[in-house]
Amino acid sequence: MTLSESKDFVVHSSNLKEVRIFSREVFEKIDLPQEQKDELVLAIAEAAQNIVKHAYKGVEETKDKMQIKISFKDNQLEIGFFDKGKPVIPENIQHRKLDDIKPGGLGTFFIKQIMDEAIFKKNQKGWVNHLVLTKTI
Amino acid sequence: MTYKISENGNISTVFLDGEIDMDVTEKAKEIILPLVEAGKEVHINLKDVSYMDSSGISVLIESHQKALEKGTKVIVKEISKSVLKVIMMAKLEQILNLE
Repeated sequence: MTLSESKDFVVHSSNLKEVRIFSREVFEKIDLPQEQKDELVLAIAEAAQNIVKHAYKGVEETKDKMQIKISFKDNQLEIGFFDKGKPVIPENIQHRKLDDIKPGGLGTFFIKQIMDEAIFKKNQKGWVNHLVLTKTI
Repeated sequence: MTYKISENGNISTVFLDGEIDMDVTEKAKEIILPLVEAGKEVHINLKDVSYMDSSGISVLIESHQKALEKGTKVIVKEISKSVLKVIMMAKLEQILNLE
């Protein structure tokens, strides 16, 4: 099965629900256990949340959009996130240690738990950041 | 997210409903933390919470830690399967009070 769908969302926390709805609709078209679909939706939501929370840190209102592209081919799932926020320095992204119990810092950990790989790619025309999450299904 | 609160002596039970994400965490904290600050034992009932992300988990951690400071406790109850999975992914099942 081959599938590729993308959608733009205005960068705001109120749109995270729309991100989940879009993701769930796409995964309905792929034959996966519900539990795995839920995990993938969580990974996408966490990555989108990171854009709102970090790439647009300190920005109250913006008309900027982020784009999420979900592609599935030959059992390879690839999810792209494009945004025009502050440039992400991949080396600075760290999740907190799990035994350091405090609020925050779990989103990136969840993404790494759920996906096989998370890589920031460079030189995406018209965008600042391009995160690609991949997983073999 | 919607909520209701029931009181029984020193126990306040907060029934949350819907999906808990970054957009509603401030609201969730505004509901729960004042009860903890007041020294109440707070039960957070999640039977109608179908989705929770890392932001929601942070609310549970903050509430739990605030309760420890205040000498009371927060108990998370009737956790749906999908939310329990996220709590376990964060390896918090031994840290939070779950029932």
